Amino acid sequence: MKLTIERTALLKSLGHVQSVVERRNTIPILSNVRMEATDRGVSLNATDMDLEIVESVAAQTAVPGSTTAPAHTLYDIVRKLPDGSQVELAYDGGDGQLVLKAGRSRFSLACLPVEDFPAMSAGAFSHTFSLAAAELRGLIDRTRFAISTEETRYYLNGIFLHAADSDGLPVLRAVATDGHRLARAEVPLPEGAKDMPGIIIPRKTVAELRKLIDETGMDVTLALSDQKARFDFDDTRLTSKLIDGTFPDYERVIPTENDKVLEVDCKLFAQAVDRVSAISTEKSRAIKVTVDSGSLTLSASSPDAGSAVEEIEASYDSTAMDIGFNSRYLLDILGQVEGDAVRLTLADAASPTVVRDVADASAVYVLMPMRV
Amino acid sequence: MKALCRDCLLDLDPQVPHCPRCGSARMVRHTRLDRMDIAHIDCDAFYASVEKRDNPALRDKPLIVGHPGGRGVATTACYIARRSGARSAMPMFKCLELCPDAVVIPPDMAKYKRVSAQVRAIILEATERLEPLSLDEAYLDLSPEEHRFDRPPAASLAEIARRVESEVGISVSIGLSANRFLAKLASDMDKPRGFTVIDPEEAPALLAPLPVGRIHGVGKVTEGKLEAMGLRLIGDLQRQSPDALIARFGKLGRTLHAHAWGQGGRTITPDRDPKSLSAETTFSQDLHRLGDLASHLPPLAARVAGALERRGVSGGTVVLKLKTADFRILTRQVRLTGPTIRGDVISRAAQCLLEREADGRRFRLIGIGVADLHGMAEADPPDLFSRLM
Repeated sequence: MKLTIERTALLKSLGHVQSVVERRNTIPILSNVRMEATDRGVSLNATDMDLEIVESVAAQTAVPGSTTAPAHTLYDIVRKLPDGSQVELAYDGGDGQLVLKAGRSRFSLACLPVEDFPAMSAGAFSHTFSLAAAELRGLIDRTRFAISTEETRYYLNGIFLHAADSDGLPVLRAVATDGHRLARAEVPLPEGAKDMPGIIIPRKTVAELRKLIDETGMDVTLALSDQKARFDFDDTRLTSKLIDGTFPDYERVIPTENDKVLEVDCKLFAQAVDRVSAISTEKSRAIKVTVDSGSLTLSASSPDAGSAVEEIEASYDSTAMDIGFNSRYLLDILGQVEGDAVRLTLADAASPTVVRDVADASAVYVLMPMRV
Repeated sequence: MKALCRDCLLDLDPQVPHCPRCGSARMVRHTRLDRMDIAHIDCDAFYASVEKRDNPALRDKPLIVGHPGGRGVATTACYIARRSGARSAMPMFKCLELCPDAVVIPPDMAKYKRVSAQVRAIILEATERLEPLSLDEAYLDLSPEEHRFDRPPAASLAEIARRVESEVGISVSIGLSANRFLAKLASDMDKPRGFTVIDPEEAPALLAPLPVGRIHGVGKVTEGKLEAMGLRLIGDLQRQSPDALIARFGKLGRTLHAHAWGQGGRTITPDRDPKSLSAETTFSQDLHRLGDLASHLPPLAARVAGALERRGVSGGTVVLKLKTADFRILTRQVRLTGPTIRGDVISRAAQCLLEREADGRRFRLIGIGVADLHGMAEADPPDLFSRLM
């Protein structure tokens, strides 16, 4: 194998590929990136056995062939090469070394046999559909912050993506929850997604997807089975195993009877929450929200730090009440509201509160109160 | 004037030379003995005493605890070695120059910790307000609110000293006064096996002839600065106005003035709250099967949950500890979404961690701990789905 490639293009692709590679690997080959040079360019491939990425990059191939080399080392080298370099990668199989040359630099990297590189069996996909990258981004951004990290409920460690019915309209819906907050976002159901299986996309896949979306302005094609999902971008293909579990019946925890409605300017609210939370203890992050007709008061106190109070204008005409929230959870949600105003629908200090972007009906957030 | 026999705790007539009950001449006397309630207890040549206790052949030999041959300093010199001039914290080579016959033993910190815990347990019976400074010294508060026995503080202290000698096998020196500074100064005045009482009222006179370096917080640098001002003795400091000292030394100036007159803080901060709680068990024979290992988790988790409840705290992180058959310790931890006091939650989290480690390796010990401690009020925050279950 021998090829020449522009440093910038190689760096970008290696950047995608190396982040799939785990820092610590018990299986040595999983630390490596598989490279295959053909007439069309070079394809880079990495996997952690649950998630696989394949990326094609333009390159001048002198001798077609393939090998595997340590992904993080390769990335580190290419990152440090001067901008505008031409990089030559050569592997002749004789001494098992990949030779990288750029300018006056020359590196030799130990390779592992390409035959040992695990291929993720794609299997058959039952559903294939396309989605605008912006739509997929919206689904991810508005839900991923609520993904649970608790392994005891592994089925919450991802985004639940499924077809649903929203007031008679078919939608593609993303839901994530950690039991303390829940986020649900939806987009019109793309053609081909009807009757798709509900899938739980693991957190790491979500993170990789999100990075790739940022660099593509085009559509993303999803192919699904109940075991795997494949995401096709322009030059990149991400194939992921899915979380094998049952996502809980989330609809039942989204309150429908909450009758106390509070509307407030989202930006002012978020800034005030942020300020007041400076006092709440590092550990609990609790702040108290007091609503009374026409006003909203945020307060926090901690035995060590002192106390804080801030009042902001709000539209509210139900009975006065106090409710406690984790300020960080509240800020996570407010950060996703793009409209000017946010609407909180409350029941009482012990029941979940519903948060919505007044200008956007496609997302709903549920927040469990804290005892304050 | 009051007096107390240090060996049998009998209240004595201050005039008698010996205790009429046990014949001991060791007594503690003071006009205001009952009024002093802040104490400092210091184990005499702690590490060396522990080693001598465990090896009676060393008892009459000069002993230095420290790393032989190294470039380090002596951790402890026993009282015999001190006669030749060897001191704790003196470079090892210098100690051996002064005391070439000394037996050198490397420190066994695990053992000293165990002994320290024994001493602490004895003190804790008298007061929970105990502030350890290191393994071998601690301040204690024996004021009426804290003292758990209905007897003068001096009696409890004498009893502590007696029990440490008979039950632990080492000796301590005690300083009793009305503040921390004087208590520590006192414990150092009659070592070893000392018991010194300093009344703050007599302190100025007692302090005046001592060098300024005896004040806690005055090191070489401050000593040099004071010397440059012509202040060598605490008595010299007493003649300075507080303002002059504050102008020169800031906050330290205030402390210098207060200590020079025998004043000082009384607040004893008990042992810091623990940062983690744990329970572990060693198997009668090594285990490797997940099921066998996992069966130990619920009872351990229940013990941890019990400890959390007793302390009134909750844990935000669960730690699994395993010791392999070849004695390697590994710990794995996971942060919970919210702090918990529930044994089943702790056990489930530990089980998740265990599943990743139980790969056929043989283990001899398993333990569960919780760290990242929170208050009880934050424990087990309500969950959206708990209503569904």
